[in-house]
Amino acid sequence: MNKFRQLTTFFVGITALFALSSFAPGTATDEESEPVQGPKFEDYFNSVTTPSAAPDNEGFIRRWTVLEPISKPNRSNTVFTDSYLRDAFTTEYFPKQFSVIPRDGMKVKVADQTLSWHAIDSKLFNVKLFRFASGLKKNVYGVLFWAVTVVNSDRDIDDVRLSVGSNSASMWWLNGEEALLLSGDRRMVKDDCMSRRLKLKKGKNILRGAVINGPGMSDFCVRFIDESGNPVTGLTITNK
Amino acid sequence: MKTKNILSALALLFVPMIESQAQVGKPFIHDPSTLAECDGKYYTFGTGGGGLISEDGWTWNSGAVRPGGGAAPDVLKIGKRYLVAYSATGGGLGGGHRGRVLTMWNNTLDPNSPDFKYTEPIEVAASLDDEDCDAIDAGLLLDPTDGRLWLTYGTYFGFIRLVELDPKTGKRVEGNEAINIAIDCEATDLIYRNGWYYLLGTHGTCCDGVNSTYNIVVGRSRKVTGPYLDNVGRDMLQGGGKMVAGAGYRKVGAGHFGRTVLEDGVEKMSCHYEADFDQGGRSVLAILPLLWENDWPVAGEPLQEGTYEIESVRRGYSLELAVDFVRMQQERRRFWDDNGEPLPPIKEQTLQDVIGTWPTGDINVRMSDYMFRPHQLWNITAVPEAGGYLGGPYYKIVIAGTNRALAATDDAEVVSVPEFTGADEQLWRIDQLTDGKYRIMPKKFANSKKPLALVSAGDCTPTIAKFDMKSDNSKWNLKAHK
Repeated sequence: MNKFRQLTTFFVGITALFALSSFAPGTATDEESEPVQGPKFEDYFNSVTTPSAAPDNEGFIRRWTVLEPISKPNRSNTVFTDSYLRDAFTTEYFPKQFSVIPRDGMKVKVADQTLSWHAIDSKLFNVKLFRFASGLKKNVYGVLFWAVTVVNSDRDIDDVRLSVGSNSASMWWLNGEEALLLSGDRRMVKDDCMSRRLKLKKGKNILRGAVINGPGMSDFCVRFIDESGNPVTGLTITNK
Repeated sequence: MKTKNILSALALLFVPMIESQAQVGKPFIHDPSTLAECDGKYYTFGTGGGGLISEDGWTWNSGAVRPGGGAAPDVLKIGKRYLVAYSATGGGLGGGHRGRVLTMWNNTLDPNSPDFKYTEPIEVAASLDDEDCDAIDAGLLLDPTDGRLWLTYGTYFGFIRLVELDPKTGKRVEGNEAINIAIDCEATDLIYRNGWYYLLGTHGTCCDGVNSTYNIVVGRSRKVTGPYLDNVGRDMLQGGGKMVAGAGYRKVGAGHFGRTVLEDGVEKMSCHYEADFDQGGRSVLAILPLLWENDWPVAGEPLQEGTYEIESVRRGYSLELAVDFVRMQQERRRFWDDNGEPLPPIKEQTLQDVIGTWPTGDINVRMSDYMFRPHQLWNITAVPEAGGYLGGPYYKIVIAGTNRALAATDDAEVVSVPEFTGADEQLWRIDQLTDGKYRIMPKKFANSKKPLALVSAGDCTPTIAKFDMKSDNSKWNLKAHK
């Protein structure tokens, strides 16, 4: 009786799956000849056309130079322990990885991949790396992204914190020093993790990040906040 | 039947002769007054005369001085002076009920100060042998809304009464008539908070050692003159009262409530227990957290040593070492399988399973999803030799099964150090707040101008920062690990 019930449950489930999939949006049916267009790169990002940008009204930094994803296959995000990440993020995939201030269109070679840097302004508070990749018709899963931006401050500011949310794990450096590691399989959450209290120098501060993901929707959001939890003011963001 | 035994109370006068030895001192007292602070020390006075002094609020010893004998005093700082009220007699259900309540002033409570000198006591209330009141157990309130001064007194024999005093002189206001406000209790105290006046009283049997059922109750009113109603709308004149503090944790006979407000969100209540089972069944001073639930005062519980999850109220992630999450092996079964096999319990991951993967030096601390894993379980243990503060000792917070200790850094962040050494940065003050959550403060920054506490800087990032009662970032839940 048990086996019969199991088989019955199985076939009912399979039938239900087929029935549901035939009603799923965006699925090609026999009557349609072309699939529905997915979201486009331009839905999420503008190309950079102005010399500088301000953080948004919540202090989120939207201007970045982002590298097309390095292939880093992982079937699961459960591997992202601190040890794994330290190894993954300190590996040099391309020359001057920890010091380059990239230009829009610059290319690097990583193993058999030729990858381009893109200067972008995110239309959202977060940088939806999944759509960056899909919009450029690159791999969306099993990926490692590098992102760089330049934070210009009108004064020396002590006791600020780098606030990051990322999907999935990530590591961040400010002016060449490690500032923050987000480990584990995580989602992008505003003000998820904070650095120790840091100093932003008057003038240029180089902020560099690496985000890794297996399956799932790669993403990050970044801002600087003060001791009261408010966005730091007096900052402008540039690509160089 | 309740009896106040003046002779046994007078015996307490001999306690000052005994040199203090224990870390919590000799907190033996009966019918303690509300605590008073004077020149950085805490004082409380008791039945029979004298009382206790503490330099830090945790270790108490005899030494306070109050002439006049009698019973159950109260003390209140008004301006720069201290008003002490007490009753000349101890009352008694079976004997006479003639009683007198008196007040006197002092510029200081420190008996070693050259300014220490009580004024002549003045009678402010009395009872005759045959009236429905026995004038003992004084309680004072300076109304913060209008500056008027009130005194409650009375015991089980008849009514609890309210009279008005002059805050400048401590004398009875001319023409003031006593009002009856409660029955069936004694050791009353009046407090005010948030638009409500509260009458605290003690029900049950006094002075019966380990068999004493003494317990503290409360009613509240929008006016100081009453009526004081309890949580089911019953008048304290009909014997009503909502429980504030009773027996527990090897102590019985809670009585003689006093309230101390340290700052917004941090309040303590003081009382005695008729019998502390861990101190020879003697009557002892107790200081507990005071919580407020829907504008009702409730005693918090003394923090018990043990293994805890330390959960941030901000997001609900829990304090942990920043180490690799070590996956547990599991033989997975389909959840719908129903073959009649027993379901064996899963053993939790142990410290031995994972400690070999941890660094041996300092390890950062963060918050993350609680999974009752070894790197998330903290032992909280009192450190007797480290002293304490009002209501508690300093604690060490170590990873369970190890001596790896939570520590505050010089730059006001948190870390874990491999071995607890007792240094100030590894000692923690833990207060239960008025909303039942906890504040955790490093001893290292105890002398800061603004109170610094363990705070959530982000969902997953602890730090040491300014405590803010209005923010969930400043608060923690301590959940006992079973």
